[in-house]
Amino acid sequence: MSPRARSISNLSGWGRYPRLKCNLYEPRSEPDLRAATADGPAIARGMGRAYGDSALNARATIGMTRFNRMLDFNPATGQLTVEAGVVLGDIIDVFLPRGWFPPVTPGTKFVSVGGMVAADVHGKNHHRHGSFGSFVDWLDLLCPDGAIRRCSRTENDDLFAWTIGGMGLTGIVLRAAFRLTRVESGWIRRKTVAAHGLAETMAAFDAADQWTYSVAWIDCLAGGDRLGRSLLYLGEHARAEELDRAKQARPFTVPGKRRLRMPVNAPRWILHRRAVAAFNRSYFAKGVRQTGETLVDWDSFFYPLDAIRDWNRLYGRHGFAQFQCVLPTEFSRPGLEELLATVQSAGKGSFLAVLKRFGAQDSRFSFPMEGFTLALDVPADRDSLDVIDRLYAIATSHGGRFYLAKDSRIDEAVWTASDKRTAAFRTARRASGADARFSSAQSERLKL
Amino acid sequence: MEPVLILGGSSDIGLAIARRFARAGHPIHLAARNPDALETDRSDIHVRFDVDVTLHRFDVLETDRIAAFFEAFPEIPGILVCTVGLLGDNDLAARDPRHAEFIANTNFLGPALAVQTAAALMAKRSDRSLIIGIGSVAGDRGRAKNYWYGAGKAGFAAVLSGLRQTYARTSVDIVTIKPGFVDTRMIADLKTPALLTASAEDVADRAYGCLKSGNGVIYVGRIWRLVMAVVKFLPERIFVRLQF
Repeated sequence: MSPRARSISNLSGWGRYPRLKCNLYEPRSEPDLRAATADGPAIARGMGRAYGDSALNARATIGMTRFNRMLDFNPATGQLTVEAGVVLGDIIDVFLPRGWFPPVTPGTKFVSVGGMVAADVHGKNHHRHGSFGSFVDWLDLLCPDGAIRRCSRTENDDLFAWTIGGMGLTGIVLRAAFRLTRVESGWIRRKTVAAHGLAETMAAFDAADQWTYSVAWIDCLAGGDRLGRSLLYLGEHARAEELDRAKQARPFTVPGKRRLRMPVNAPRWILHRRAVAAFNRSYFAKGVRQTGETLVDWDSFFYPLDAIRDWNRLYGRHGFAQFQCVLPTEFSRPGLEELLATVQSAGKGSFLAVLKRFGAQDSRFSFPMEGFTLALDVPADRDSLDVIDRLYAIATSHGGRFYLAKDSRIDEAVWTASDKRTAAFRTARRASGADARFSSAQSERLKL
Repeated sequence: MEPVLILGGSSDIGLAIARRFARAGHPIHLAARNPDALETDRSDIHVRFDVDVTLHRFDVLETDRIAAFFEAFPEIPGILVCTVGLLGDNDLAARDPRHAEFIANTNFLGPALAVQTAAALMAKRSDRSLIIGIGSVAGDRGRAKNYWYGAGKAGFAAVLSGLRQTYARTSVDIVTIKPGFVDTRMIADLKTPALLTASAEDVADRAYGCLKSGNGVIYVGRIWRLVMAVVKFLPERIFVRLQF
């Protein structure tokens, strides 16, 4: 049976902007997968959690969710081998009760392993452990010539290096082997630190360098002295001895969460400046009252938004755009100041502005580098998108670069200026023939 | 934990049932015509649920080898699920007797002989045994679109019913599950009403539920019992005019 595509009239990423009419293939087997990619450029798509147009291709978007089998687990090393469509949340469900946790996790557990490789995702432990790619031992890649190649640091190492963070543009990841990490419980010892301005926030990150996990929620509508005020969340996997008797008896069992759902698109007024400002004020005040240490379950610590299904509807029917940049350490302070001041004065702050310190990373095309990363989202309306365009310019002038998994609108010239590795990536794509076989709406926009 | 033998282990429903029982800790035997193609699924179930999974070659059309197939097990597994089935091409079957025979043998004769053999072996055990046969609402009343498939499932259901009576006073429980539309490869090309379409996992949940209490006929999705009650009792002169 030859694979057949469904025509989806408004396929989009998680931001629901932009939307594109796409042929979606959902192959069940490698022969079907090859057939779907046979005659022209295609892009693989996992759970559709990239925000913009990374996993959209009008001619052929290849849904990989049916390749969702776990292939091998070695309890001596923690190495797990899976097909690319396996979902991170399933891995946690299976392995946390056995004392294992993903080495790196993004802010949602509804991502596929293939997507985690393609975006080389980072987590709250980047400053200590790097990005997901550093835990990947090997990949099987469907290459532009139709061959499937095992890629690792010792075998097809160039291909391996370009594929991690390569946004699916080097080929289609079929299988991956990566190392899980040992944990003693499903609980996180969380410390909350309130910082009343940007300098304090940045100093707090430096002071918290020994913590495995750290991230800050920033009130991006606070200006003046309070610009950059934040709540830092620090975390460690709780050791068994840190749990009370009841929890020690079942260290991996955490309370089931009430699942909420955003049933409809939210009305516009909830994103009104005053509504967001009021939310931020009370959220910050609550955080200040709750500083100190507490135990929280893994799901609440890593995936607070996963508790609200379809939370992307919060931004209304037009969807929203994400902005995420990283600034090198030396320009972080002035860069962040200017970025936050711009957001603040435009009054386009979002509920979710997140700041995080990155550790050193030297990879071919992955997003992270040593410095500070700022992520925020804004509704996809004209004014807000104009603000985002200004943020690109500010970040670029401070040596910053951008996260493709979050991007939906960077201009090609801005991209090329911001990321000096682009030329080499383009050359590698041309050399392998990948440019003719794999492309996304994003890669076409950025001429990757 | 009682092992589960699944005939038709490569079907979407067969695999979903395997995963459901494996989740509860049951070792799994998957039997299919081409077991090599199940290697990945075998790994998946083993890695996810930490249970033993074995693969077995089983061709429902080789009726003279069915007894030998079961005898190859040191002991007959206490739970048998038969998900073997094939929709076939009813138009082709109307022209080609061999295709009609193929549909009938795949949905009826082979599965019927298999469960009959298994029931006889299970009756010798002292522990409770369970046979789950996957029928179909299509077997409740023949329709123009798929009467060969429906006839096969009807025949299979009749045998399950007869076996249920035969073994009523033994420790062998026999259940017929009759799904309506299930979102699987079998109907990948059909557009089915969402309200009437179950997932393979729904069927698997019902199958697993049979462990607790199971003997009789189960429809998947309550609405199907109602729908089929209507369909079954429609007077023939009205039924024949309907186009569904």
